Amino acid sequence: MAKMLQELRGSQFTNRYEKRITKSTYFQNRMFRLFCFFSVLILGLSLLSIIIFVGRTGLLVFKDVSFQEFFFSTTWEPYDDKFGAATFILGTLSLTGLTLLLAAPISIGIAIFTSEIAPNWLKRILRPVLDLLVGIPSIVYGYLGLTVLIPFLRNITGATMGDGLLAAAIVLNIMVLPTISRISDDAISSVPSELREASYALGSTRMQTIIKVILPAASPGIFTAVILGMARSIGETMAVVMVIGNTPQLPSDLLTPTSVLTSNIVNQIIDVEFDSTWNYALYMMAFLLLLISNLLIIIIRKLRVKGA
Amino acid sequence: MNGNSTNKLYKQIKKISDQMFTIGLWIITSLILVLIFLLLIYILSKGLTKISFSFLVGIPSEIDVGGGVGPFLLNSIYVLLISLLISVPIGIGSGVYLSEYAPNNKLTEFIRSCVESLASVPSIVIGLFGYVLFVDIFNVGLTIIGAGITLSLLNLPVITRVTEEAIQAIHMDLREASYAMGATKAQTILKIVIPAALNGIISGVSLAASRAFGESALILLVGGTGTSGEMWDWSLLSPGGTLPVHLWYVQSEALVEDASEIAEKTAALLVLITLFLSLSIRFPLWVRDFRFQNKSNKR
Repeated sequence: MAKMLQELRGSQFTNRYEKRITKSTYFQNRMFRLFCFFSVLILGLSLLSIIIFVGRTGLLVFKDVSFQEFFFSTTWEPYDDKFGAATFILGTLSLTGLTLLLAAPISIGIAIFTSEIAPNWLKRILRPVLDLLVGIPSIVYGYLGLTVLIPFLRNITGATMGDGLLAAAIVLNIMVLPTISRISDDAISSVPSELREASYALGSTRMQTIIKVILPAASPGIFTAVILGMARSIGETMAVVMVIGNTPQLPSDLLTPTSVLTSNIVNQIIDVEFDSTWNYALYMMAFLLLLISNLLIIIIRKLRVKGA
Repeated sequence: MNGNSTNKLYKQIKKISDQMFTIGLWIITSLILVLIFLLLIYILSKGLTKISFSFLVGIPSEIDVGGGVGPFLLNSIYVLLISLLISVPIGIGSGVYLSEYAPNNKLTEFIRSCVESLASVPSIVIGLFGYVLFVDIFNVGLTIIGAGITLSLLNLPVITRVTEEAIQAIHMDLREASYAMGATKAQTILKIVIPAALNGIISGVSLAASRAFGESALILLVGGTGTSGEMWDWSLLSPGGTLPVHLWYVQSEALVEDASEIAEKTAALLVLITLFLSLSIRFPLWVRDFRFQNKSNKR
């Protein structure tokens, strides 16, 4: 016992030293936790402040413009105090619809090909290439649309301008293709192979297996991919600005210049005064975009809960 | 007899339609990929041959032929670095919090949905927010620092999410081993978990970086279309126009005679830099995967 006490006394120095170390490590430990917590706080607060700033400024528009006029009138003549945003809302909705009509089937096809049909060496090339394509700046696609696609459309259809919903939809289509196909590819690849084997064992061909077994099993993931593509095409601005024609009118066909929410905001925001109804109307349009994108995310989360 | 032949016919139809399906998918995929590649090659071949060193560092001109993109290129890199400087620590911090510290409750779920919502907010809405903040409230006008800070809001959710996923994929054993050695939670995370998850985190950062580099709508609103007009201007308060914005400006508003040539060269430069950004970070991963695959094939 006495020996032990002596030993303990002898190690008092080291003890004190160790205590100092533990104290500072505990301090660091707590500081790190605090840092992480504040990071998350900043993240949440920034979303909140975006919603509050944009929403508060946007809602001011209803002081001067009635609810009905803003949502249901197609007359956008800011100099005459007419702020009907229906043209832009319809434009955004139809552009997104048109884009998905083209992009969804093609990219799901590519996803099926990469995950089920392509030989292994091709898979190893295809996936990184699709990843690379996601990173190409949208403005480059817009530039291509302006310099290659629009002259091409003009030649083919004989239209005078060539700008419009069709050109914008094709440009957006090429932009969202890699995104949708990569995410659906992941969803299809994560379908358990037991399902495949069971289907083959029942004598079905590969096509039957894919269409009747794999696609239904992967459908929540594929829907998520399509909705993410939708969110991207709703929010895309510069590529659309370059090919849509930027005229606030309801288009009579797919080759008439028109305007959508994003392109109208970016075209006019620089020139308007901050405290004007015009500016509030533009912020309201941005708030609308924000609400739509949040709604899409809520749908995705619901899908995930269902799938899990 | 009759049933047998219909059965045969049915089998044949099944086989043919299966083949048609396979061939159709081959054709669609190769058509689309070839199309996109032709477009990229078209851009690169049109612009790359004309790019010279004087174009890369030259001052842009509104009137004379032969202007360069020097200040825009510099601004692009500058703004990107500022945004990464802000978003990488905060993004990794929040990713760590969400995966390691956050209790499993409603608040955490709420924060997670905030991250996802923020990731899907259109860049133009974030741009408008930055415009209100820097132009109307702080009254600093269109600046580099404003563009960098606003851009970091675009990167943050991407980095956070990727970090969270990468960290969650790390085995519990590693953490337990570290705790058993007497390490605190912070030490375990900083010295064991983050290094193990570094691959995923880096590829997430590269994804965010290439997206931020190509961003144009947000920069147009917060950074403006111009630069200070001088090379090597490091002031944080000079106008923050970047390369993508310049491409838009030259193509749609500029009056210079050689505008279309400048646009060609700028587009080629943009594609080249984004490809380089994503390739340089993925390349080590590819080499490793390739080696791994070869090894497992030999076995």
